[in-house]
Amino acid sequence: MKKNWWKILGVVLVIYTITGGLLLNVPRLNILNETIRNLYFHVPMWFGMVILLTISMTYGIKYLRKGDIKYDERSVEFAKIGTVFNVMGLISGAIWANYTWGEPWSGDAKQNAAAICLLIYFAYFVLRNSLEDEQQRGRVSAIYNVFAYAAMIPLLFILPRLSPDSLHPGNGGNPGFNFYDIDSKLRIIFYPAIIGWTLIGMWLASLQIRMRAIKRTLEDN
Amino acid sequence: MKKSQILTLIKKEFLSEWRQRYALNGMILYLASTIFVCYMSFGLKSGNIDTITWNALFWIIILFTAVNAVAKSFIQENDGRLLYYYSIARPESIIISKIIYNAILLLVLSLIGMLVYTLVMGNPIQDIGVYLLAVVLGALGFSSSLTMISGIASKASNSGSLMAVLSFPIILPLVLMVIRLSKNAMDGLDRSVSTDEILILVAINLLVGAASFLLFPYLWKS
Repeated sequence: MKKNWWKILGVVLVIYTITGGLLLNVPRLNILNETIRNLYFHVPMWFGMVILLTISMTYGIKYLRKGDIKYDERSVEFAKIGTVFNVMGLISGAIWANYTWGEPWSGDAKQNAAAICLLIYFAYFVLRNSLEDEQQRGRVSAIYNVFAYAAMIPLLFILPRLSPDSLHPGNGGNPGFNFYDIDSKLRIIFYPAIIGWTLIGMWLASLQIRMRAIKRTLEDN
Repeated sequence: MKKSQILTLIKKEFLSEWRQRYALNGMILYLASTIFVCYMSFGLKSGNIDTITWNALFWIIILFTAVNAVAKSFIQENDGRLLYYYSIARPESIIISKIIYNAILLLVLSLIGMLVYTLVMGNPIQDIGVYLLAVVLGALGFSSSLTMISGIASKASNSGSLMAVLSFPIILPLVLMVIRLSKNAMDGLDRSVSTDEILILVAINLLVGAASFLLFPYLWKS
């Protein structure tokens, strides 16, 4: 990931998402109307979050196996950016919900799951700060990271689908994603948007990681 | 990992619990007084509360008792004794024995809790068998996730409050499923309605148990 092409690709895709997402034609649907454009900003946040947190968990496992502090740094930075994506997803979702479901917080199963996921990762950061020793902090927080990830999967993917009164499409008897996703007009922006936002998130994380690495070398010398 | 080692460790947990009976009595008293505080503060006569609140309140009480009861499994062990275990037993045996022991402890506590709770708050449960199944699955799930979290929290300095912060969000899906299952039992719905919930509870328990089993050796080393 040392090359620059993926950063340029991320920027180009996000610019394409913003211009295309706001200017191109979208299908007319009841209630949703023009707010369907939020699909390009709200939904990629969740894809990005899950990808970033998965990377964070993988580096946690790597740290447990190898014990190299740089894996711990990568793990925590990816978790941080994942949490930023979580917050942005919650905010964009709340704005969207305000106009389509009538209120910003409707107690929807996925909304609650995202909020709980946020609590889990805040707890992870609190845990990190309460440990002094560097190696111990790395090991204990990596263990919590993996453990929390294992507990998060049922939370994010299984529980909302079981909930009888979810408002999200595809859950609880509501029409699935295909209802409007099948429209290729949306698809040509939606898929690039996911890739673009995720790449931007990875770029942010890699900048933080490099800054930490520089700080660490400065402190060591 | 040997069976005999696990059995010896479980036996040792029971023995040390029995020798410090005040801790067990303290937990039962904690449970009873929490139930009584809820009962008094709601200002209820028995049967005056709707089933959703009855059920949720019961599980919140059990959750808090469980966090307090399991927190001591690593936090209260002193360093010398932990070092001794480290030298004689495999980490896998230790985590499994602690999980089994805590599950039995929580099961006993929640049954006592249920008894006291139904005594003062009334008993609107229609299908007692499924409700007891929910209690058993809940005790197993609480024990497998809380034991691991207690091990994690014991490494940090302010472990008491950290225990709650770390465990509550992780345990929430489990609590939600248990509440849903026990609500079905309270309403006396047909048992086939609850199979989904039971399967998911078993799956969550297995997932969390497996994660504890795999991760504990790394925690034990530090």
